[in-house]
Amino acid sequence: MATVPLPTRPRVRDTTKAAPPPSDANPSARRRPGFRRDQLSGWGMIAPAALLLLAFVFIPAILGFGLAFTNARLISPRPIEFVGMDNFARLFTDPTFYRALLNVAYFTVVIVPVQSGLALVMALLINKKFRGVNFFRTVYFLPVVTSMVVVSLLWLFMYRKDGLINEILSTVSFGLISGPDWLGDPNTAMPAIIVLSIWQAAGFHMIIWLAGLQGISGELYEASQLDGTSRWQQFRYVTWPGLFHTRSLVLVTITIQALGLFDQISVMTQGGPMDSTTTIVYEAVRSGYRQQETSYASAISLVFFVLVLIVSAVQRYLTREKD
Amino acid sequence: MNKTLTKVLATSIAAVALTATLAGCGKGSASSSTEGSGEIALWTHNAGNPEELAAVQKIVDSYNGSQDKVKIKVQAFPQDSYNDSVVSAAAAGKLPCIVDIDGPNVPNWAWAGYLKPLELGTDLSKQLPSTVAQWDGRAYAVGYYDVALAMMARASDLKAAGVRVATIDQPWTRDEFQDALTKLKALGKWDYPLDLGTAGTGEWLPYAYSPFLQSFGGDLVDRDGFQSADGVLNGDKAVEWAGWFRGLADQGFMAKKSGKDSTQDFLNNKSAIVYTGSWAADKAKAAVGDDLVVMPPVDLGKGPKIGGASWQWGVTSGCSNPTAAMDYLSYSLKPENIAAVAKATGTIPASEAAAAQIPAFAEGGTNRIFMDLSRKFAVMRPETPAYPFIATEFGKATQDILNGADSKSTLDKAVKAIDANIKSNGGYKK
Repeated sequence: MATVPLPTRPRVRDTTKAAPPPSDANPSARRRPGFRRDQLSGWGMIAPAALLLLAFVFIPAILGFGLAFTNARLISPRPIEFVGMDNFARLFTDPTFYRALLNVAYFTVVIVPVQSGLALVMALLINKKFRGVNFFRTVYFLPVVTSMVVVSLLWLFMYRKDGLINEILSTVSFGLISGPDWLGDPNTAMPAIIVLSIWQAAGFHMIIWLAGLQGISGELYEASQLDGTSRWQQFRYVTWPGLFHTRSLVLVTITIQALGLFDQISVMTQGGPMDSTTTIVYEAVRSGYRQQETSYASAISLVFFVLVLIVSAVQRYLTREKD
Repeated sequence: MNKTLTKVLATSIAAVALTATLAGCGKGSASSSTEGSGEIALWTHNAGNPEELAAVQKIVDSYNGSQDKVKIKVQAFPQDSYNDSVVSAAAAGKLPCIVDIDGPNVPNWAWAGYLKPLELGTDLSKQLPSTVAQWDGRAYAVGYYDVALAMMARASDLKAAGVRVATIDQPWTRDEFQDALTKLKALGKWDYPLDLGTAGTGEWLPYAYSPFLQSFGGDLVDRDGFQSADGVLNGDKAVEWAGWFRGLADQGFMAKKSGKDSTQDFLNNKSAIVYTGSWAADKAKAAVGDDLVVMPPVDLGKGPKIGGASWQWGVTSGCSNPTAAMDYLSYSLKPENIAAVAKATGTIPASEAAAAQIPAFAEGGTNRIFMDLSRKFAVMRPETPAYPFIATEFGKATQDILNGADSKSTLDKAVKAIDANIKSNGGYKK
């Protein structure tokens, strides 16, 4: 199956065989007619996206890396000077930065397995054919459609000392439990944000899992049924291996998303109380905009970039196809 | 038609359209801020504040009608994105002629070269001092109004608790305040008798709480040269302030995190004393009536203090027609104009002449006390380009202290960051 070339791919090999040995006398003869035009339209198709990426992602990123080694500021009449590693020296002696690293690590370590696991369970639940399945699909997906900022604002009210969650806790326990001020207590602030984040984003990964599940051929299930497998065995030996690529995708996307934690923090806690929810991206925005220290924020971003790169590379290595 | 040709055509059309749009964007933004013949752009943060915007627009219209040499064009931005808009316009060299600025930011923008010193035809000494922003000995911006923080309570509650009403001449002392809170708490009517707006973020933190620090005798930065915060933000007085502030929460007088809308909570009788601004006065008056008392903030040693300066107007240094811009500002400072804006916004008018035109702020008016408070107790936030940085550090330190962090080490950390910032900017010298 894999040996059949895709129909859209120009069959270069076939034509070169027929062509005379390379003499460069008539190079166009070596190619299928229309090849150049295909190439051209290919580049044309890439161009808009590539240009935009270049202009708004790559060039700013490279400039940002450069700024990290200067004393550039958002607002300043002073000329920009090269200051070498000063920003990094300051960064690596800043206790808030280590706290941010720790918070992000905590968030990621919890989010990645819990959110992907929950999303998978939800996907398995709605991957059945029964009446009203679309209703559940919609309900599970609804939080994803809602912007994170809106979700954060709503949960901000629910997490208050006299908010919905504490009211429910108090009612259910007949007034025995009076919940904490979830976001105001350094011990509960990060868990509270984790719960909200999972609730908001799990639906998105559920859809990815669902796509993966529906990509597994029904014949495999039929065959396994004939072999008399239990439901667990079916999941373990048919579904799980069948989700190999989906798994890598979900893992990488959740990890990157978790490392870039920002919206919830900015809306709900502003990094507090006592740095218990601050993150690397939040620190970068805070120094870059509120404190106007563009160069320091660039240094933070550069470190963040390297960090994400390392984590992704490790994940790619671990989830590579071993054969 | 040949399929590939169609593809190529489609792509090129898309590409051309895209380039055209991009070019169009560039051109569009350029033309909106460059001044054509006799047209002067004015930017304001008031897009989300229709009353104030309408009042400003009215001044502009009357100015435009009064002469035919220049035409002022108002462009309003939402407050949240206003500063970013100005900063990016400045970076692109496309600042409008006239901008409004939050008072404490003026030195920063003046230092950055955004603003031109004012050369107005009117006498600025008639203005309420906190409505003129100075830096380096020159005035860079002037406002139509100021706001003042005060403590509001119900006279009946204070009477029930046996607490005297504080006045401008006799504000509460620290001990009296402690005593008042203890007595109010003992009434058992409120979970927390005091609401200092501790849920606030951003500029609210230095605006609301640095006056307490100043009343203790500390400050955000050493105002002699503005080169260091050492000894003032982490000195004994500051540590004492931190202990006092934290103590209010520890003793159960106020919540570590108040409600979202302190004024509303007060009106709903969820607190006895609310620390809020003149902007809430009309609403409170309407709801509480004659029972409402407006009192100065507590005297914690060096007299009551109130943060001065609100939004003000300045002329940018790149303005192609500064004479006209200055002329407009002078015109806009006429008492009737100031009165119109102050009336629309419920703020303290910037001059006596304007106050006389608003019954509530005229001698004996119901809101007159705010003007007196402002005149008597207003302290400018440090007039240094370092202020935006100092504000963020102070805000964070205040929140951390409230949440239980060690006062001295938290303040030391803030001082260290502030001093490093000042040093890395060459002392913010001109």
